Amino acid sequence: MTGRAWVYGDEINTDLLAPGYCLRLPIEELAPHCLEALDPDFAGGVRQGDIFVAGDNLGLGSAREHAPGALLTLGIKVVLAKSFARIFYRNAINLGLPALFFAHAHEITMGDEMDVDPVAGMVRNVTTGKQYQVNSIPPHLMAIIEDGGLMAHLKKRLAS
Amino acid sequence: MAQTLVQKIIARASGQSHVAPGAMVSCKIDLVMAHDGSGPQRWASQLKELNAEVWDTSKIVLITDHYVPPADQESAAILKLTRDFAKAHGIYQFHDMQGICHVVLPEYGYLKPGMFACGGDSHSPTGGAFGCYMAGYGWTDIAAMVITGDTWTIVPETIRVNLSGGFADCVAAKDVMLLLCRELGMDNSFKVVEYGGGLVADLSVQERMVLTNMAAELGCETGIIEADQKTLDHIRAHGGHVDDDALEWRSDRDAPYEAVHDFHISTLEPQVAAPHSPSNSGPVSAHVGQRIDQCYIGACTGAKLEDLHMAARILKGRQVSPETRLLVAPASALTTKHAVADGTLQILLEAGVVMLPTGCGACAGLGAGVLAAGEVCMSSTNRNFKGRMGHKDSDVYLGSPYTVAATAVAGRIADPREILADAPAHPQGAVS
Repeated sequence: MTGRAWVYGDEINTDLLAPGYCLRLPIEELAPHCLEALDPDFAGGVRQGDIFVAGDNLGLGSAREHAPGALLTLGIKVVLAKSFARIFYRNAINLGLPALFFAHAHEITMGDEMDVDPVAGMVRNVTTGKQYQVNSIPPHLMAIIEDGGLMAHLKKRLAS
Repeated sequence: MAQTLVQKIIARASGQSHVAPGAMVSCKIDLVMAHDGSGPQRWASQLKELNAEVWDTSKIVLITDHYVPPADQESAAILKLTRDFAKAHGIYQFHDMQGICHVVLPEYGYLKPGMFACGGDSHSPTGGAFGCYMAGYGWTDIAAMVITGDTWTIVPETIRVNLSGGFADCVAAKDVMLLLCRELGMDNSFKVVEYGGGLVADLSVQERMVLTNMAAELGCETGIIEADQKTLDHIRAHGGHVDDDALEWRSDRDAPYEAVHDFHISTLEPQVAAPHSPSNSGPVSAHVGQRIDQCYIGACTGAKLEDLHMAARILKGRQVSPETRLLVAPASALTTKHAVADGTLQILLEAGVVMLPTGCGACAGLGAGVLAAGEVCMSSTNRNFKGRMGHKDSDVYLGSPYTVAATAVAGRIADPREILADAPAHPQGAVS
């Protein structure tokens, strides 16, 4: 998958990704408020297929699934971070949003064209021409993503 | 092969005698807890879509605490859906508006040593104060759990934190956690923290719950404390059945900890975390005099009975400064009941506190007590991320209930020891 990179720093928390006052709203109405306290241009600027890049401990804080849900709703197709908060990582996978550990996140610049293959563990910065090998998503988690998330995966499991 | 307590619990839950950190395993769940934000609101449609039923109502506890009491129609609708679902599906362990989930669970003796428990909230590690593994999950995970009764986990490494010494005056478990957020950082994902040492042995169960509660801020999967007689007594006093051999759920003496940290707490001063991170902490002296518009005592972290006792000790015979306001949202209905019975609430009311209903409330930016742009809050809660308690341009400082109450009296951030050093204006506590 290819797209433009939206690059942020360390400890992008769930209150930034999904502000508390929006939690009662449907995800389509919450998503425009994603990261508004950090970068008011983010939610309006994201296009389908864009890629989210962050530093350490992406998604720390709450268990609210609106955090990866908002990114997905805005059109983000893959999330790369130096490290993830555990619940955010699980939530992303459960919603069918691939999340890859990417130690070189700091080498990506806002707006870089990226090409990412989560199964092969390949990350390529098209803009700079630099290619990185990362750990691919473990097969049993990739199966959840490929089915379209945990609920769709479970539906298959219950049917079989 | 020697194992830590969490390894032993996961091994038992996954039907093995031994598990190694890093291994991915499937665990049978002993207890699933969800609240109005992570519960039927999210699962009802999923269950229907999958044509599935709830797996085992004896292992599910449902608690409303986030949208209570409903202040708008959306919240009211979420609560109604939650109640209707509980009734329709026979979820009899349902506690409606009785308090914050992490505080309510032990009030009914649900948590026991050795359990593999899962909660639909990030502060679920609180349960680890009872010697069980209890981690937080998002609602899709929780929905899958209430259908299947199992989940996957990667066996975490265990970090051991030994706390020695005793508390200096006006120091509490909250101050220890603000210290640990600074010293250990907040990026301990896929790890657990096990607390021990002389200080932990001496702590009350409610203060132990602060240590495990804020394991979430360390980024840990859970915090855990090996059970002792105090733990068993607490469980039994709250209606739970537990055998003495539950004390055998302990780490092996030569357990393979990823790291061992020793902290001597006797010299620790009251701590304050400045905006916008719990790890941005230091001694209260660094912030004394900071203007504070609102003081807040609330949440699973800082509004249990003992937290209210701390506040009352400062507020007895004193008044909340007209320069600020002090909002108190007790952590549970039982907390309020006890605080009435032992006179604590009277002290708070005479000091000029504004009482709020029990619930998660302003801590999560949801209920009564949220902040306007430019406002600054001193709070006994657990997180002070940007926008956490209201407007994105509001600031939150974190401290213990002692420090929040002292700040309320001074109208600015204050050292509770200095407030206590000044004789109260009304030593009898009665204001005519």
